[in-house]
Amino acid sequence: MCRSWLLMALMIAMWSVRSAYGIDATSIADPALEARYLELTHELRCMQCQNESIADSPVGLASDLRREVRNMLLAGKTDDEVRDYMVSRYGEFILFRPRFSARNAWLWLAPPLFLLIGLGVAVRVVRQRAALAATDPDVPDDDGRS
Amino acid sequence: MNRFALPLALFALLAVVLAISIRHSPDKGTIVSPLLGRAAPGFALPSLTDAQHVVRSQDLKGRWYLLNVWGTWCAECRAEHSMLVEVGHSGVIPIIGLDWKDEDDHALEWLAQLGNPYQAIGVDHDGRTAIDWGVYGAPETFLVNAQGIVVYKLVGPLTRESWTQDFLPRLPPRTSAGL
Repeated sequence: MCRSWLLMALMIAMWSVRSAYGIDATSIADPALEARYLELTHELRCMQCQNESIADSPVGLASDLRREVRNMLLAGKTDDEVRDYMVSRYGEFILFRPRFSARNAWLWLAPPLFLLIGLGVAVRVVRQRAALAATDPDVPDDDGRS
Repeated sequence: MNRFALPLALFALLAVVLAISIRHSPDKGTIVSPLLGRAAPGFALPSLTDAQHVVRSQDLKGRWYLLNVWGTWCAECRAEHSMLVEVGHSGVIPIIGLDWKDEDDHALEWLAQLGNPYQAIGVDHDGRTAIDWGVYGAPETFLVNAQGIVVYKLVGPLTRESWTQDFLPRLPPRTSAGL
């Protein structure tokens, strides 16, 4: 028990220093830029190894793309400008968080829509049953009389 | 019967939608390039074979060409090289090489050994031009038309099959190609 807590504490400690000991040794003096850099490199896909972000990938292309992100941030570009730059070259696939677009709108909208439909159905069923119980002479009312 | 009609209809609809999506889903192995149908990115790179020369996209205007991305570190590039030599010698279309993140002397040795199918080779040491072209794994071959539009992109080695099926039918008749 004690050991597992220790392990957990260690893992949390490691997580907080991941930027220092990860694949990526880049550091940016400005902490705000550094934070944006980490955010962006973790949400851009390494196209060569597809299930890793460019922050986690050791391949050459990932380090080239990290360099581009860094240079663009230092040049004062916004996060969206960096994303646009990547998407215009590699396509939407490079984003781990797909953007809302006409093509994938139904994917974004379907879950809330289904939830609303489900709620509607549930409300109707509950109301119908309540009405059924109210008109059913066999159901005893609160006083226990039939 | 009535109770099940609506859920059944919804299920059937969902099944049809999914079946169509699966049928039409693109090949998972290759990622469609956003460059297709758009202007090829410009470049100006030092030539591998001639230190005085710069390989420029502007010099290719008005001509169809292939841009082949390769490197001596790339095993599949070796596999496709004989096909490139054949295409290069056929004179159907000029091939421009993009030597991607490579050592110049290794690249020159490679060409001396295996033959040089390229009309010109630009050297991309830092990989910036490759990023502009959306290159993610060598070898890649782009077909660019006379208007400078990217018509087709092949990811992976050029084979006889892909050459005859994917490239040749997209090329203009020889008279209008200006070759």
